[in-house]
Amino acid sequence: MTLDIVQMVLVTVLTAATPLILAGIGELVTERAGVLNLGVEGMMVLGAAAGFAVAMQTGSTGLGALGGAGAGVLLAALFGVLTVGLAANQVASGLALTILGLGLSGLVGASYVGMKREPAPHLALPGLTDLPGIGHLFFGQDAFVYAALVLVVAVWWFLGRTRAGLTLRAVGDDHTATHALGVKVRKVRFLAVLFGGACAGLAGAYLSLAYTPFWAPAMTAGRGWIALALVVFASWRPFRVAAGALLFGGATVLQLHAQAAGLGLPGQLLSAMPYLATILALVLLSLGRRRGGSPGPAALGQVFTPSR
Amino acid sequence: MSASGPTPLFAAYGIVKRFGAFTANDGVDLEIRAGEIHALLGENGAGKSTLMKILYGLLEPSEGVVTHRGDIVRLGSPEAARALGIGMVFQHFSLCENLTVAENIALVMPKSLNGRALRERIARLGREYGLHLDPERPVWSLSAGERQRIEIVRCLLQDPKLIILDEPTSVLTPGEAEGLFAVLERLRDEGRALLYISHRLDEVRRLCTRATILRAGRVVGACNPQDETARSLAAMMVGTQVRAVTPKTAPAGGRERLRLEKLDLPAPGLHATPLRAISLSVAGGEILGIAGIAGNGQAELFAALSGETLAPRPDALRIDGAAVGRRGINARRRLGAAFVPEERNGHAAAPSMRLSENALLARHATAPLARFGLLRLGAAQELARRVIETFEVRKAGPDPAAGTLSGGNLQKFVVGREILAEPGILVINQPTWGVDAAAAAQLRQAVIDLAARGAAILVISQDLDELFEIADSISVLHDGTLSPPVPTGRTNRAAIGLLMGGASDAIPAPQSRSEALAHAS
Amino acid sequence: MRLDLIPRARRSPWLDALTPVLAFALAVLIGGIAVSALGVAPSQAFLTYFVAPLSEVWSIQEVALKAAPLALIATGLAFCYRAGLWNIGAEGQYVVGGLAGGIVAIAAHGMEGFSLWVLPAMLVAGTLAGLAYAMIPALLKVRLGVSEILTSLMLVYVAQLLLDYMVRGPLRDPKGYNFPQSVGFDSFARLPYLMEGESLHAGVLVAALALALAALVLARTLFGFEVRLVGTSPRAARFAGFSQARLTLAVFAISGGAAGLAGILEVAGRIGQLQPEISPGYGFTAIIVAFLGRLSPPGILIAAFVIALTTIGGENAQIDLKLPLDLTRAFQGLLLGLVLGADVIARCHVRLVPGGQAARPEV
Repeated sequence: MTLDIVQMVLVTVLTAATPLILAGIGELVTERAGVLNLGVEGMMVLGAAAGFAVAMQTGSTGLGALGGAGAGVLLAALFGVLTVGLAANQVASGLALTILGLGLSGLVGASYVGMKREPAPHLALPGLTDLPGIGHLFFGQDAFVYAALVLVVAVWWFLGRTRAGLTLRAVGDDHTATHALGVKVRKVRFLAVLFGGACAGLAGAYLSLAYTPFWAPAMTAGRGWIALALVVFASWRPFRVAAGALLFGGATVLQLHAQAAGLGLPGQLLSAMPYLATILALVLLSLGRRRGGSPGPAALGQVFTPSR
Repeated sequence: MSASGPTPLFAAYGIVKRFGAFTANDGVDLEIRAGEIHALLGENGAGKSTLMKILYGLLEPSEGVVTHRGDIVRLGSPEAARALGIGMVFQHFSLCENLTVAENIALVMPKSLNGRALRERIARLGREYGLHLDPERPVWSLSAGERQRIEIVRCLLQDPKLIILDEPTSVLTPGEAEGLFAVLERLRDEGRALLYISHRLDEVRRLCTRATILRAGRVVGACNPQDETARSLAAMMVGTQVRAVTPKTAPAGGRERLRLEKLDLPAPGLHATPLRAISLSVAGGEILGIAGIAGNGQAELFAALSGETLAPRPDALRIDGAAVGRRGINARRRLGAAFVPEERNGHAAAPSMRLSENALLARHATAPLARFGLLRLGAAQELARRVIETFEVRKAGPDPAAGTLSGGNLQKFVVGREILAEPGILVINQPTWGVDAAAAAQLRQAVIDLAARGAAILVISQDLDELFEIADSISVLHDGTLSPPVPTGRTNRAAIGLLMGGASDAIPAPQSRSEALAHAS
Repeated sequence: MRLDLIPRARRSPWLDALTPVLAFALAVLIGGIAVSALGVAPSQAFLTYFVAPLSEVWSIQEVALKAAPLALIATGLAFCYRAGLWNIGAEGQYVVGGLAGGIVAIAAHGMEGFSLWVLPAMLVAGTLAGLAYAMIPALLKVRLGVSEILTSLMLVYVAQLLLDYMVRGPLRDPKGYNFPQSVGFDSFARLPYLMEGESLHAGVLVAALALALAALVLARTLFGFEVRLVGTSPRAARFAGFSQARLTLAVFAISGGAAGLAGILEVAGRIGQLQPEISPGYGFTAIIVAFLGRLSPPGILIAAFVIALTTIGGENAQIDLKLPLDLTRAFQGLLLGLVLGADVIARCHVRLVPGGQAARPEV
């Protein structure tokens, strides 16, 4: 019995972590290429709206997920044109993307407010899913959760084991040097930005198609920003992003249970926990990092205009 | 150029490269044959780098063609150049600091060559040419000489027919340079062509049998350097006779004005050099030269002297006797010190700001340019105007942005800004780096004249010729430690070169100095 | 094909002024297409958004009342952004400022006798609270190197929740039928109106004063020079003897104080009590205003009016044309993006070149 309660808690942790994993892993790739895209929140919220709209129109969760990712890619492409193509300031452009994404998502989602859908189907393997204690956790999740976990492994393999991943890391480390070797820096960066957009869009689609599952304005509630913080927290390593997201998911679930248990704490304080926890995590990280350590991709946030 | 002789391996004809209104190459012809080391000579800004980038496919010429064995080829990208057998060893290494040696090399290798196979080839090549590398080391942990080895190995792994080397010895000790020359001669004997870009005439005369000389984007001569003297080559490069620097007349030996005592500083950043027990003393009227290869702590020493980095204790640094180790740059300026950093754009000057604002930048604490926090723009303009007049700074418009000035003129402005303050102590890092010969001579003269008026001067420079020309004595900075000073008249380039390479036992003992020097040379 | 960007040696003030106008025109064009896609004639929408708000005295006052906090916050942010520091939490500093000033007003509620001190005390409390709240990310940045972007943004959510808690809890009007709001402020705790019977209040004057002061400080003082220098050449600023840490604290103090002041001006001006929502996103919209105005006070003045115009116009369009309010937000986000993109024309010579790698001379 207690085993099943533990499993139930772990499942909620995993589902709370999934959007953070998806968005975080996308931003990680973008940042490893040297681009800081602060527009994750905007891409995510548009992905949620577009994903829900497409799913409602087509009746297909899969197409909805695709639609969400596509919307993220479109916004990311705009960001890529601005920062990679026109060498605009990345921080300010990312803010523009967030504002634009929030506005567009409101337009796209306007006619779907208040509608509800069946959540994305969960895996059901006869025998395995019903295993006591672990079956549901490992064999009973929806496709987004598995996709997120596969993505973590795939990105780890791509960055560390493939030539294209090496090129991407090189671009993020020193764009002048890699440009001199003939690497198409702007192309690599643009593709990395698009990948980040697809992941953020997918993360948003997960929220509206599986997590809640409905569309509400600004439903991402700062998760995009938390994903950004996670990447820093994870020192730009894929598995640490996943671990950090799970920790965070755990904190979120804890907060929900605390609220339900009625500890006498004001609800607002509990709601503020994720944001305070993010700040605390960043502080602890920098305390730990004060003695040396890698501060991330060397060219992160630097504008590249081809030269030399 | 000579149309006789065999078909050149690679050639460029009528190369013109324009950047907006500026013409970097103006009808350049160049022929390179297999089995020769061909020198490309010229001052900074003569167009050497532009031509080299065109040959490596990084730039496309506005006009003109490149040929390979007589056939016109289009070098649209470095990949295209590499496919034709052109390799390149960059001056400012094109290496990613946080990647390993093997990863940096893999970046330009075909995809099929990976992992163990690549490491084996690196090892094999290393044995063959004496270019040893540890493939797993991250680049940031390597010395300049090791980094250059990566560049060369990366180039050789592609079995190039033409190797372009851009100022390859600028970061090497004389000893390391000798090793490089042996490799280059071997490559030449294998039948490869080498294009050797340098402004160091001794090296060119030793290595090269043909030279093409560029000035202001045009070819102004071709010769066999071995038939020329360094002086005649320099005359071709510069065009006019450079005015010689008048040596300082007043001897050193005034009272001590600048003193460092056992200064220890931890490395300020991940890839920086710590300073270890540095002591030095400069008297009024004296010029102390600090030699050393880039990256051995020059930037850190400059920052410690200027106050951009504070010393751990006040008495580690004294200016005219006052212990100022814990005081900032403006406090030191108020005591009569002045500073010229190495990097003009972004350190000594803000390129996007006007010259008057750049005068304000370094002088707001020592000249009456602000009152109650309010700027006196007229006074700043007047100060800038005086610097411009006194140091013959050429510029466009009345008060242009610093970034619009050429390197030499901006350096004149930056040095002039400090010297017009009549400092009692001047610390200057790489005074003539990347400056044309005429401006360099003018700047050196200004420094010498300032010393003659009683100032204590510390010159940090990688250019040994410069130090031997103006310094009274020379210390060598190597890996964050400073060797004791040796009077310029009692040492030579070879002895200093050994110290630059870290041979601390080469420091001559006082009683047998002449013996030690004889050994070193 | 490839895009070559060759940095200009020197910026032309003419292009600097032109590019935001160009970006604005392009945004209006795209907005027009979007509007017609939503089934409204672009010309009609244009009139509603940009002309109608200026056609009547009362609506012009509305525009000015919206522009004032935007200009005030954006001016403070301009100091930060010029110095290359990213305070994106002005919304939180605004909320905290409004809350702190409001607490003073509530404490003085029903007071008899001499009350002239209350309003100044509210403004000071609001400013200081915004300033102090901005010190959190600034100190974390200076002391520990924590990214100010994330911390300042996270603190927005915290500030909003804090205000929500206060007006539902300790500050709730006991006679307010359980509505989440404080008591209404006494007249001595409200900003005076500039004209009898009109809505324009003294907050507009405060904003105008702040703008003029900022223009003077940036152009004519050593501190202004420091701010400009740190943003363009941080190493040169260190060489000039300016401390990055001190400057970080100073610009965060300025931007936080300005946002806090804007918060209490709004609370003491238009709202007159504390409630869960005291900002229609001024702190975020001000970021757009700051960039649209090229981080210069005169530019910010114009940009604040333009953005206020579209906001009022957006509210009207929602009522008259049934156009969603999110359209305005999307328009503003797009405008910021276009302004940032168009800036490339002022910074660089832009060329489309067929094939090959891009380059620029090294002289």
